[in-house]
Amino acid sequence: MAEHEEKAVSPGTPELGAGWTAGGVTDKIAGVVLGRGGPWTRGWHAHWRWRSALLISFGGVLTLLAASTWLFMRGVGLFGVNIPVAWGFALGNFVWWIGIGHAGTFISAILLLLRQRWRTSINRYAEAMTLFAAGIAGLFPIFHLGRPWFAYWLLPYPNRMELWPQWRSPLVWDIFAISTYLLVSLLFWYVGLIPDLASLRDKAASRGKRLGYGILALGWRGDARHWRHYETAYLLLAGLATPLVVSVHTVVALDFSIGNTPGYHSTIFPPYFVAGALFSGFAMVITLAIPLRHYFRLHDFITLRHLELAAKVMLACSLFVAYGYASEIFTAYYSGDTYEIHMTQDRFTGMYAPVYWVYMFCNVVVPQLLWWRRARRNVPTLLVVSLLVNAGMWMERFVIVVQSLHADYLPSAWGVFLPSVWDWVFLLSSIALFVWLFLMFIRYLPMISMAEMRGLVQETAEEAKP
Amino acid sequence: MRRLVAPTASTAAAIGVDGGRRRVLKLMAASAALAGSGCGQPPPEKIRPYVNMPEGMAPGDPVFYASTLLRQGCGVGVLVETESGRPIKIEGNPAHPASLGAADAQSQAAILTLWDPERSRTVMRGGQPSTWTTLLDSLATQMGQEAAARGGGLRLLSGPVSSPTLLAQIGEILARFPEARWHVHDPAGCDAAKHAALQLFGGPVQPLYRLEHAHTVLSLDAELFGPSADGLRNAHDFMNARRGEPRARMYALESTPGLCGAVADTRIALSPAGMEAVLDMIASQLGVSDAMAEQRPGPQAAWVSRLCTRLSAAHGASAVIPGHSLSSRAHLLAWRINTRLGNLGRTIHPIAQRLPPAPLADGTHDAAPAPEGLGALVQAMHDGDVQTLLMLDVNPVYDSPGALDFARGLSRVACSIHMGLYRDETAHASNWHIPMAHELEAWSDARSFDGTASLVQPVIAPLYGGLSAHEVLDMLAHMRTRSAHELVRAQWRNAWNMNDAEEFERRWEEALRRGVIEEAQADRLVPIDEKALKARLPEGPGPEPQLIAVFANDHNIVSCNQANNAWLQELPRPYTKITWDNAALIGPATAGRHGLRNGDVVSLTSADKPDGLLAPVWIVPGQAEGVVTLPLGYGRHQGGSVAQGRGFDAHVLQEVRNGMSLRSAAVQLRPTGQHHAFAATQHEMGLAGREPVRSVSLHARDGADAADAAPPSLYPPRQYGGPAWGMTVDLDACIGCNACAIACQAENNIPSVGPEEVARGREMHWMRIDVYHADSGGRAQFQPMACQHCENAPCEIVCPVGATMHDSEGLNVQVYNRCVGTRFCSNNCPYKVRRFNFFDYADHDPSAAARANPDVTVRQRGVMEKCTYCVQRISHARIEAQKQGRPLRDGDVVTACEATCPTQAIVFGDTADPRSRVSRAKASARNYTVLAELNTRPRTSYLARIHDKEAGLEEEDDG
Amino acid sequence: MPQLLERSEVLLVKLILLVPVALLVLTVAGMVWRTTSPVEPGVAVPQPIPFSHKHHVGDDGIDCRYCHTTVETSASAGMPTTGICLSCHSQLFRDAPALAPLHESMQSGKPIAWNRVYDLPDFVFFNHSIHVNKGVACVSCHGRVDRMPVLVRQQAPDMQWCLDCHRDPSGRVVPLDHITAMESFPALSDAQAEQLLQSLRLEDPRRLTDCSTCHR
Repeated sequence: MAEHEEKAVSPGTPELGAGWTAGGVTDKIAGVVLGRGGPWTRGWHAHWRWRSALLISFGGVLTLLAASTWLFMRGVGLFGVNIPVAWGFALGNFVWWIGIGHAGTFISAILLLLRQRWRTSINRYAEAMTLFAAGIAGLFPIFHLGRPWFAYWLLPYPNRMELWPQWRSPLVWDIFAISTYLLVSLLFWYVGLIPDLASLRDKAASRGKRLGYGILALGWRGDARHWRHYETAYLLLAGLATPLVVSVHTVVALDFSIGNTPGYHSTIFPPYFVAGALFSGFAMVITLAIPLRHYFRLHDFITLRHLELAAKVMLACSLFVAYGYASEIFTAYYSGDTYEIHMTQDRFTGMYAPVYWVYMFCNVVVPQLLWWRRARRNVPTLLVVSLLVNAGMWMERFVIVVQSLHADYLPSAWGVFLPSVWDWVFLLSSIALFVWLFLMFIRYLPMISMAEMRGLVQETAEEAKP
Repeated sequence: MRRLVAPTASTAAAIGVDGGRRRVLKLMAASAALAGSGCGQPPPEKIRPYVNMPEGMAPGDPVFYASTLLRQGCGVGVLVETESGRPIKIEGNPAHPASLGAADAQSQAAILTLWDPERSRTVMRGGQPSTWTTLLDSLATQMGQEAAARGGGLRLLSGPVSSPTLLAQIGEILARFPEARWHVHDPAGCDAAKHAALQLFGGPVQPLYRLEHAHTVLSLDAELFGPSADGLRNAHDFMNARRGEPRARMYALESTPGLCGAVADTRIALSPAGMEAVLDMIASQLGVSDAMAEQRPGPQAAWVSRLCTRLSAAHGASAVIPGHSLSSRAHLLAWRINTRLGNLGRTIHPIAQRLPPAPLADGTHDAAPAPEGLGALVQAMHDGDVQTLLMLDVNPVYDSPGALDFARGLSRVACSIHMGLYRDETAHASNWHIPMAHELEAWSDARSFDGTASLVQPVIAPLYGGLSAHEVLDMLAHMRTRSAHELVRAQWRNAWNMNDAEEFERRWEEALRRGVIEEAQADRLVPIDEKALKARLPEGPGPEPQLIAVFANDHNIVSCNQANNAWLQELPRPYTKITWDNAALIGPATAGRHGLRNGDVVSLTSADKPDGLLAPVWIVPGQAEGVVTLPLGYGRHQGGSVAQGRGFDAHVLQEVRNGMSLRSAAVQLRPTGQHHAFAATQHEMGLAGREPVRSVSLHARDGADAADAAPPSLYPPRQYGGPAWGMTVDLDACIGCNACAIACQAENNIPSVGPEEVARGREMHWMRIDVYHADSGGRAQFQPMACQHCENAPCEIVCPVGATMHDSEGLNVQVYNRCVGTRFCSNNCPYKVRRFNFFDYADHDPSAAARANPDVTVRQRGVMEKCTYCVQRISHARIEAQKQGRPLRDGDVVTACEATCPTQAIVFGDTADPRSRVSRAKASARNYTVLAELNTRPRTSYLARIHDKEAGLEEEDDG
Repeated sequence: MPQLLERSEVLLVKLILLVPVALLVLTVAGMVWRTTSPVEPGVAVPQPIPFSHKHHVGDDGIDCRYCHTTVETSASAGMPTTGICLSCHSQLFRDAPALAPLHESMQSGKPIAWNRVYDLPDFVFFNHSIHVNKGVACVSCHGRVDRMPVLVRQQAPDMQWCLDCHRDPSGRVVPLDHITAMESFPALSDAQAEQLLQSLRLEDPRRLTDCSTCHR
């Protein structure tokens, strides 16, 4: 897929602005962190946006802490869940965040193996995004447990009861899929950071920073041997991470498709969930890229080309997701199964229909704009589209989780799910947590890989040669 | 999942069940979390052995006592299960004619009332705590004055009384104070019926139905199947008649959907006046009414004549049974029709109501005059003729017709004494209040609806220091306090006129063991007064008003004493599935005419109550248009935190005509624009093109198969060595009475969660009684739905920790202490029969711990639960069998729901044994499983409803 | 490139690098703590009356069932009522100060509050009678009480311990007339063992290891 885009893009748009030297790149990026020329040293008036964002998101983090304490004291009844709708926001948020946590590894691992140069300037923060999103996603299954203090019973470990997890349950597979994914993404991210940490160590003015970055840099000196090992390790990790990109969300999809509920029980789910995940992931990449490049003046590093290519991936995913929606509807009617058909009709006209049609608009209609080059290269448009897609994907998860359950087999058991105030608190404060983590990340770590950018400078220089 | 009785438990009681529940939960949460995290050692536990162990009361072995519960004064025999002396469950008494082993929801819920910590605990004087002795003193002086006045100012007000001992005592009082009067107040009864009977028989007579002999039953708004003193027996008898050949038929004319309508071959919605018109037409066609009932032509005429032919065809084996909502004229008509149809003495026995004996000069006894009604008493009170008023276990301030204004009358009584279980409205309005002992706390006796006498045997000493009515009356009569025990024994020693102490003891023991003292005499039929029968009927009803309110007994809360019972409050009504509330029931057309939706609050006003009352409406398919049904028993101001502040008090609109409190009134309805949120447990009652309930036509009963072929499965079939438990539910026999739901709740320590939680869809009942209206808008069908114990259980494969497993006898077991609460099993259960403890629902009041079934875990917050097929009973039976070294026999294991079902609709047993009852039931062609297409292979199967086409009154089978 | 750290600091750094290791150790420790029984074996529980099983069972040779009357018929083995104790102690050691609570209980009618030694969670439903009737000797769970001046809990009542026997009871059962005997039963010949199992009719281990056997 990506190669075609490579060709499709007119040669006029490079991945790197003109006139950058290796040193310049390094200084520019390191500067953001180390403060030289970065906004931190200037007063409140200069960067009130930054600080207020930090404060607000931190408020959200505290809210999340308080809310979860209360949740563990009172019980999962705080949420709007009931019988028949025993899964609510918590599970929707879980799937949504996991989805967002996809693009990072996809970009850094798969595009790396595909030798996509345009990944260079966006992979670092995309990976950070992945890490944070997946971490937050991991919280929700615990929040939604009836007895969270026994969550570890899902892990296989020798115990006095001589009991083991019930391996037929996809929830057990989930534990492994997600923890593996988190671990590998973390390693991948950290290994990629090592050379940059070293350069930060060398550039840092204050001793404290030198010490800190020094320790994290694990004594990197950048000699040939280091680089050789580094390259190998990085490639190996990329190879390791690639299957995970697919596996995680496939397993998450199985949580549903193993179930026999109309609206869960569908073979299309794994590919359809993975595509949806990339969809929301790339939407989030764009959502983050645009303010970053604007705020830190990174237009030469994160160029229109990056945005355009990301937009194309998004368009492709949107088409795939649309296909998923279509096939769901088709199978429902083609199967002639009373319950499937009823569930589908309920999606069209039932009490959750508004949500359904809104996300149809967000995920299927809106991205079609991206067929036009003008739209792909128009930053405000891209921002709006990506935000809509993020919202749309959340609504899709919500409808899959809740609407399928609220009217399944026996009419007598049909019920209604209405989110409680706590459902909203947990959703919003988890977003706040994400924002806060991300802000801390760009404050203390290079959001773009300096080492790889230097490489890019070289390459472009060579290409430039007649 | 240790049971927690946290330090806050007592406050739980004070705070109460519904509003406070959330607060209670708050208090509980921390300790629950602690218990869950299970840090460190469990708290050290004490063992307290008996000082001297009573015979056969080993801790851990349940002991059953035969006793009797009162329903509108009539006795219903029960067996009370006690655990180390604590009553924990109530079952029916097979030896008692009113029970035959079954117990209805109200009887079983009595255990909760018995333990209710909010029951009245102290003698009160003018709102101040007082003592029994002070009461005795002032009573002595008061009675002294009364004696002087030959009891001129003494009035006794009670509910209906059947207890021989109590009647004797009343007789004594009336003998000692000749001027004194005894009044009976029966808010759940039907004055119109009593009045009609009085006219025809010259004395208080009540009809006793023998439906096992009936072939064609016409019910006109009759609550045949309860809740009432004879409901269980009627249901049992009618279903037996139905199982017989030829199949018995039921025709139901109803103003609001009732239990009879659900089993009826034809059900027709009519207003009470409409039913009276039908009776007129039948009467004139049978030629028993002076032809003043003009034949109004119309659609009715056709089916009424068909009905007539059917009734007269079943001469002597039919029954025309009018209900509370009908006028006394209609009741007269019904008596006439039944006489003409030769039903008296066959399907309908007129039985004389027992009266207190009045000692004559020559020492013999004669029956005292019949007790007067409430109207006369209120009149006397207004006239100031009442100095002393003793109210025994009645609450007239609340449940007397608003037209009487009892409260004002009461304020004019010098010395008013109220005795009851609760400090209710009347208790607050009286000078004195005496806490009464619960039926299971004090000795007494009672006669059942058919006259069988049984002992009310206490199973525990009064928990809250209540007194027995016998003791108080003895005080009045003789100024002495003998124990109720002595009094009851004395009564029967006289009754048996026995001087041989040994012989008496033997008989007494026998009576205690069986729970029955004296069988009913079959030959006590009262002859009908021919003259009265021929007499001219009163004028028929005038033009029908546009909207008529019918005051109906609530299906759950029949008497005031049941109002503070959380089990009954949370039990969904059969048709509306409303909990914790009563609603003004109206038909769709009426609703449309006023543009009303469910929950819209309307103001109902009548001619003499212009201020009227505010009531939220509920739209019921099958409700007669132009009729608004107002269930009684709600809108309480006193009497416990569970009872108070729910629903509306319909008594306000109730009117009184010549002493009779009427069951209907003409009202105007006006929408107010306000809205009330109901807590209902079932929202969709259509079938949505699915077949959870099925029916086969009568003659295809043996041919056509209700079941679908079982699809193939990839799983290997399971092999079972021992028994393979299974259940069948006969939809043709299920009357939707909810008895099984409460039996399950009592047996399995199922908590009640309060209206807020029910509204959120979190009710905990393991046994859910679904009701469906056929899409054609035909009659309703009930379906008890609990865990189906699937062979290929979808819940089992998705539980990550193996908390729900298949055991070697095919039970789908739920292991609470392993559950972490992912709720995936519930999502994956196509029947949605699993229940989840979203909060810490368990009641932590000490009384709750005392009444809990010790064989069933009290579930902690955050775990899933569901029907277990009463696995504790299975274990118990298995262990007993093993100890005796014999295999389990059919009937060794009886689940709680099966045990209590009045119509034996539920059958449980070993499906591996071809001779077991359940195997034979499953062999029926009517046998089918719900959602068989999912290949879950449920262990619970259903027997399809039988549809008897010929029986219907519809057009097609005319001629 | 200049050396970033001095010697002393290198040490500091190494220490800092130990932190994750420490965390790991803590986690493991936590798991271990969570997975060890909250009820440790070999504990002597103090009682209101210093009752010696050694004296009553070992020296006097009183049968278990004399005091634990319902062990064969009911779920709970039954604790001796005050009356049972007094059936001897109304004569023997009447005035021993240790027995004061006994007489007091008889007068006041208030039971003696013994401290539970084997305390199972409330979600476990153990039935003494069926075990005793299936040839599980008292001693096999409660140990040699005839050698215990103060009753000592033998082992933590853990699920694995129950399962240990439920998975294969055949080797652990004794003839019913030997249930309350203290000294271990002499080894049986295969034929005898066969006969014993025949007479006891033990349930199939599949049944015995069902969740529903102990949990409801």
